[in-house]
Amino acid sequence: MTWVPTTPEEQQEMLSVIGVKTIDDLFETIPEPLRLKQWDMPPGLSEMKTRGLMAELAGRNNRDCVSFLGGGYYDHFIPAAVDALSARGEFYTAYTPYQPECSQGTLQSIYEYQSAICRLTDMEFANASLYDGSTAVFEAAAMAVRLKRKRRVVCHESVNPRYREVLETHTANLDLDVEQGDDPTGAACVIVQNPTFHGTMRDYTELAEQCHEAGALLVVIFYPVSLGLMKTPGEMGADIAIAEGQSLGIPLNFGGPYLGILATRKAHLRRMPGRLAAATADAEGRRGFVLTLQAREQHIRRGKAMSNICSNEALCALRALIHLCLLGREGLKEAATHCHAKAEYLKSQFDASAIVNDGPTFNEFVLRLPKNAEETVTAMQARGFFAGVPLAPLDAGEPGDLLIAVTEKRTRDQLDAFARALKETAWN
Amino acid sequence: MELIYEKSRKGRRGIRFDALDVPEAAFPEEFRRKDDAALPEVSEFDVVRHYTNLSRRNFGVDSHFYPLGSCTMKYNPKMAEAVAGNEGFAHLHPHLSSSAAYWPNCQGAFQLMHDLERLLAEIAGMQEVSLQPIAGAHGELTGTLLMAAYHRAKGNTHKDTIIIPDSAHGTNPASAAIAGYKVLEVPSDRDGTIHLDAFQEVLTDKVAGLMLTCPNTHGLFESDVRKIADLAHEVDALLYYDGANLNAIMGRCRPGDLGFDVMHFNLHKTFATPHGMGGPGSGPVGVGERLAPYLPGPRLKKAGDSLEIHMPAKSIGRMAAFFGNFMMAVRAYAYIRQLGSEGLTEVSNHAVLNANYIHARLKEAYQPAFSKRFMHECVFTATPQTKHGVRALDLAKALLDYDLHAPTVYFPTTVKESMMIEPTETESKETLDRFCDVMLDLAKQAEKDSAALTEAPRRMPVGRLDEVRAAKELNCAF
Repeated sequence: MTWVPTTPEEQQEMLSVIGVKTIDDLFETIPEPLRLKQWDMPPGLSEMKTRGLMAELAGRNNRDCVSFLGGGYYDHFIPAAVDALSARGEFYTAYTPYQPECSQGTLQSIYEYQSAICRLTDMEFANASLYDGSTAVFEAAAMAVRLKRKRRVVCHESVNPRYREVLETHTANLDLDVEQGDDPTGAACVIVQNPTFHGTMRDYTELAEQCHEAGALLVVIFYPVSLGLMKTPGEMGADIAIAEGQSLGIPLNFGGPYLGILATRKAHLRRMPGRLAAATADAEGRRGFVLTLQAREQHIRRGKAMSNICSNEALCALRALIHLCLLGREGLKEAATHCHAKAEYLKSQFDASAIVNDGPTFNEFVLRLPKNAEETVTAMQARGFFAGVPLAPLDAGEPGDLLIAVTEKRTRDQLDAFARALKETAWN
Repeated sequence: MELIYEKSRKGRRGIRFDALDVPEAAFPEEFRRKDDAALPEVSEFDVVRHYTNLSRRNFGVDSHFYPLGSCTMKYNPKMAEAVAGNEGFAHLHPHLSSSAAYWPNCQGAFQLMHDLERLLAEIAGMQEVSLQPIAGAHGELTGTLLMAAYHRAKGNTHKDTIIIPDSAHGTNPASAAIAGYKVLEVPSDRDGTIHLDAFQEVLTDKVAGLMLTCPNTHGLFESDVRKIADLAHEVDALLYYDGANLNAIMGRCRPGDLGFDVMHFNLHKTFATPHGMGGPGSGPVGVGERLAPYLPGPRLKKAGDSLEIHMPAKSIGRMAAFFGNFMMAVRAYAYIRQLGSEGLTEVSNHAVLNANYIHARLKEAYQPAFSKRFMHECVFTATPQTKHGVRALDLAKALLDYDLHAPTVYFPTTVKESMMIEPTETESKETLDRFCDVMLDLAKQAEKDSAALTEAPRRMPVGRLDEVRAAKELNCAF
């Protein structure tokens, strides 16, 4: 079944206005030998059958376990109003706001989103969104290379190993050295993450100073929810702050869509990738919003653009904005406080010697199990838990290392039951 | 309209959490931010009313005819949104794919991606598909990196150039440049298709690939495409297909059969993902046999009754942290299954019928940019109207006052004062007729009362905005 509304009579009328006999006549510019003779496509289905098929596939995914999975993507509470408002057709069926007069809803929401990100990070400018956290690392590195005209990019060990892989794939054909470490000498930028992939809090203020002395930029990857309490990228002296925005009202979605956040200083603005909304006025003095500095972008600058990004994640940015408004000043602090306190409580259930982190942690920590972590998580599934991310398959730890994340959604009862089950499974 | 920040009242709350059920934990002072993040202090109802009212200051496909050429603004069925809302998809954690210990928990998702890859490959005549690229431009970048990997493996180190027609989307040269290639633009022929002689002139041994859109951004089928492919392959250059206009040819011809080696799909144009004010989209890449070994990993493979993932030895690696925008894959899969073979063909049939109907109704009042048969979109030039002082921009703004979204204007850049109209297959004849009636009326107005058009829009929440002031003041955050 299709969503084509045209009746056979209307089709005939239209063909006669065009001056052809059949629809086939409209395809005559395709040379005959190139035309499709047959393909192996299934016949169509009713909506009812399609929905049934999809429910069956969804049912083969297990969502019944209590989850302690994190590693950059977190099971935070999402208020119903986020779904309700972002599901309005006027938002989600609109295109990029190239005609500002009929896109003020979109443009004002982008401006409000940019404002929220600046307030969250203590940075001066934020773009309208990038694809996700992993590709934002590449965009930030490319931006630093453009600004500093140096070919060395340093990626700190604190960075999510998946992000590092994505950075390496994107730069494989470029004359760039992507190295691990924290030495800014001769580098365009040093990329760090706080909290680290293992959940440890880090203050990069000194590194920022070293970077600036060496003529490099500091790129700080942050965790948006942690900024309810945590020292901000702006306070640390970051030049570019980036993040995976999934934790701000976006479901886990098995990998996407997510939200790439990027914010920077005014001095670097003209080398920033992505769209940017600005306030202005019409001839009658009414406030309105437009896209600005578009000469940075591909549709104007083509091969010399700051980035090739066109489609971004605007609807996810809207979700993040609405989520931040619902939380508000106090709510974001409360969410961060709960995440931290609950993770600390869970951590206290285990012997301190089993904790791998070498500093305070936010809502995630690494437990070194006496058994293989992958075998342990299999056993824990039978007890109703997704026990965490085993780190060895990510080349981010020992075979016994398990990354455990806690959000405000976990109750004390769940934490107690989980600690008991994990001790019985891994330490018996 | 006020900003949400201007509605903030000290002490007002939106959502609240339960009282903490574990002991309070001291947050280390040296890591604490100095001031609270100054987020708005508003109630849930404040937020709901604010964003509901903001949404009403937007045109969307659900509310308005939106004939933006090259963007394929068709109706996105609510069925696709409903299936994407299924918790078995939406609540699935991506790290369930990171350890084999968790794979039994995401077999439904693996199966869906595996089946969608097969369906997309069949639609486009490609050998294999990867769903990883997050948007169309990200697919272009992926495709270009695949070409680079191919040439590296073959020792084609001298190949440093990618040829792109001047009518291409801006993302094409941007993607090629970001992947490290030199970009060479070739002019179009006067008939709107690629200039074969100009192409042959620049087709040297240094050329790594050629990026084409077909039908191209003039809405025309590149009839010489097979010849171009053969010539490119003679110097071991690869042919990239920009899938932006796939909505025109489904069931009629396939990029793989036309000679293309690599392509991207825009799931947000052709396959039921709404445009979301600019995104999220999804740009899976398809490849023929030459590039299949290099596809981004991990890849899915059958292991008995279940599916596993693995990183093939020659893979370029991860283009995204996981599987790209999985929820767009969910929508696309449901959409393709519901349409099926006949439905997909009907989509393209009616996309082309509707564009040709608009062309037929407007061709006397507006000057078509080309005389060839248009496919799913038609391009006019407003150059004749400029002698009355009316530009394409004015016609675009005037349409807004009739509750019609403007066509794409000033793209393609190869046509002066261009207006590119793509009605899509889901619009009814009466909607097309109303649009044409208004356009014909505007053509008359342009001759008699051009001021009425140059002052448009009048009925929108704001008039034409001062873009120079915006760029000068750079007020980008409140």
